Amino acid sequence: MTTSLYGKYGGQFVPEILMPALAELEEGYQRYKDDPEFLKELDYYLKDFAGRETPLYFAKNLSKKYGTRIYLKREDLVHGGAHKLNNTIGQSLLAKYMGKTRIVAETGAGQHGTATAMTGANMGFETVVYMGAKDIERQLMNVYRMKLMGTEVHTVESGSKTLKDAINEALRDWVTNVENTHYLIGSVVGPHPYPMIVRDFQSVIGNEVKEQIMEKEGRYPDSIVACTGGGSNAMGIFHPFIEEKDIKLFAVEAGGSGMTTTKHAALHSASLCVGEDGVLHGARTRILQDKYGQILESHSISAGLDYSGVGPELAYLADIGRLTPCHADDDEALAAFHELSRMEGIIPALESSHALAYVMKAAQSGELGDLVVINLSGRGDKDLETVIKLEQGGQI
Amino acid sequence: MNIPDKFLELRARDESALIAYVCAGDPTPDATEGIVQALICGGADIVELGLPFSDPVADGPTIQAASERALSAGMNSDKYFEMVASLDVDIPLVCMTYYNLIFKRGIEKFVLDSKDAGISGIIVPDLPVEESEELAECCVSNNVDFIFLIAPTTTEERINMILEHGSGFMYLVSRVGVTGARSDVAESTTKLLSRVKTDIPKAVGFGISNGKQAKEVVEDGADAVIVGSAFVDIIASGKDVNARLEALAKELKDGILSAKR
Repeated sequence: MTTSLYGKYGGQFVPEILMPALAELEEGYQRYKDDPEFLKELDYYLKDFAGRETPLYFAKNLSKKYGTRIYLKREDLVHGGAHKLNNTIGQSLLAKYMGKTRIVAETGAGQHGTATAMTGANMGFETVVYMGAKDIERQLMNVYRMKLMGTEVHTVESGSKTLKDAINEALRDWVTNVENTHYLIGSVVGPHPYPMIVRDFQSVIGNEVKEQIMEKEGRYPDSIVACTGGGSNAMGIFHPFIEEKDIKLFAVEAGGSGMTTTKHAALHSASLCVGEDGVLHGARTRILQDKYGQILESHSISAGLDYSGVGPELAYLADIGRLTPCHADDDEALAAFHELSRMEGIIPALESSHALAYVMKAAQSGELGDLVVINLSGRGDKDLETVIKLEQGGQI
Repeated sequence: MNIPDKFLELRARDESALIAYVCAGDPTPDATEGIVQALICGGADIVELGLPFSDPVADGPTIQAASERALSAGMNSDKYFEMVASLDVDIPLVCMTYYNLIFKRGIEKFVLDSKDAGISGIIVPDLPVEESEELAECCVSNNVDFIFLIAPTTTEERINMILEHGSGFMYLVSRVGVTGARSDVAESTTKLLSRVKTDIPKAVGFGISNGKQAKEVVEDGADAVIVGSAFVDIIASGKDVNARLEALAKELKDGILSAKR
């Protein structure tokens, strides 16, 4: 068995019922991850179904304005509109090789749900996605996309009705149907081996960047910037560069409407920046919690970052100083959303807009260096409704 | 009274136990004393008092709703221990809660506070044996029983590992899934009872809601029957709560007593 820990973080804090399933998953992953047949099929799906590799785009107008060379890793061009498909292809294939017939997933923004619906339909799984009632409201298009592809979408009415509650519900489904079902978790969170598996499948992002940036610039970047909710796009682009210690890694969390906390809720989703050591969704990590350990609801303009926890490996990398946790708030993200659309003709997802916003804030200080890669993790079409609503003075 | 003594007492009468679960502070902190007394009057031998958590992944809709009611009515770990300490009872009390509340309070402090409040055992449904070393050791040194769950999916190897570390009773999960009342008793219960070979009392829970089921489970070899959601449903209804809790506890205990072993 591989180690389940990243420093003090990680582990397997799940009901006993699931322990054998986690062992089975770990065993399956170890068996197939280097299997030539599996890898051939994985490559085929990544290339012909997802549309990889994605471009590493030099954002010339942005670079000029901010006085540093800025590249965008175009994960927004992956089939479905976000990096999420990299992981669902990998895990769905794994589930197929392991003989599972049913897939359950949680979704926040609906991007992971959509990506799961895509691979679920393509590979012939019965597919069920849990989504918080509040998220369903703000992401109706994604709900319809999932249904189009034959996925059953369950509304989650418990708790804060967002991503964390959808994860709870997906875990409950898995507990009940563990024999034929694979839980296809959408981020580098949850009990071991999930953080490792999702990171590995998302590492295709960073591996491509390595080759592309060498080709274009003849050297590695000074810094890499990625938005971080659970952290899968961040780990995907960071992981291949972890050993390149001169490269600065910035994990940009959602600063929401302020870095403060009311009694039951944080006004942000910045668990790396200000969260505390705790256990949520099967892993020890940094979480937003009150003094008793009750989980605080989180907030962000972007459903995909609106989460009270963060992947355990990110918490570890933050502890040892290998990455820098930082944040951009709702307004800054919205401004970046507009600016990239106007300046480069690319409409970014509100999630990715947080990474852009941080670069726009920090570029002038020089802390990012002369060559920056931003993971443009998703496209913004899904957010238009939210943005229109906001601009008409509505609440989200 | 502690858990082993209770089971000794019951074994002397060749009797299985009724373990009742309710969520502390549901619907209000003041209601819990009356609820616990009603359960005991009806025949509960041990009462599990849930310390509500915001994200109870092992629980079905009934106990999720109870947790939400209790939390909105102001329940928290401090009030929980205060309230438990004030209960006037002569039976073992067990604390059931999720790991983050223990972790956040500090493992040792949580166990000491439990002991001081008169709690005899702790159940943590999201803490498998691999992650439980520190808590288990702390329980042993403070004479608090640490109760593990065993599921139908648990392998023989894991059963042995769990038996090595658990005490008080073994919580056998009658079926895969989350907590919640159901109308039948799963076949998997019989199988699981025969797979777990130990002198530690075996308690069966998840899905049991009436006297007939309780009787069946005892006839299959259970030393105790755990009922939660069926009681919580009564509390949720808000109607004639304590009388109906007592009546259900009595029905369950009668079912247990009528079992032919």
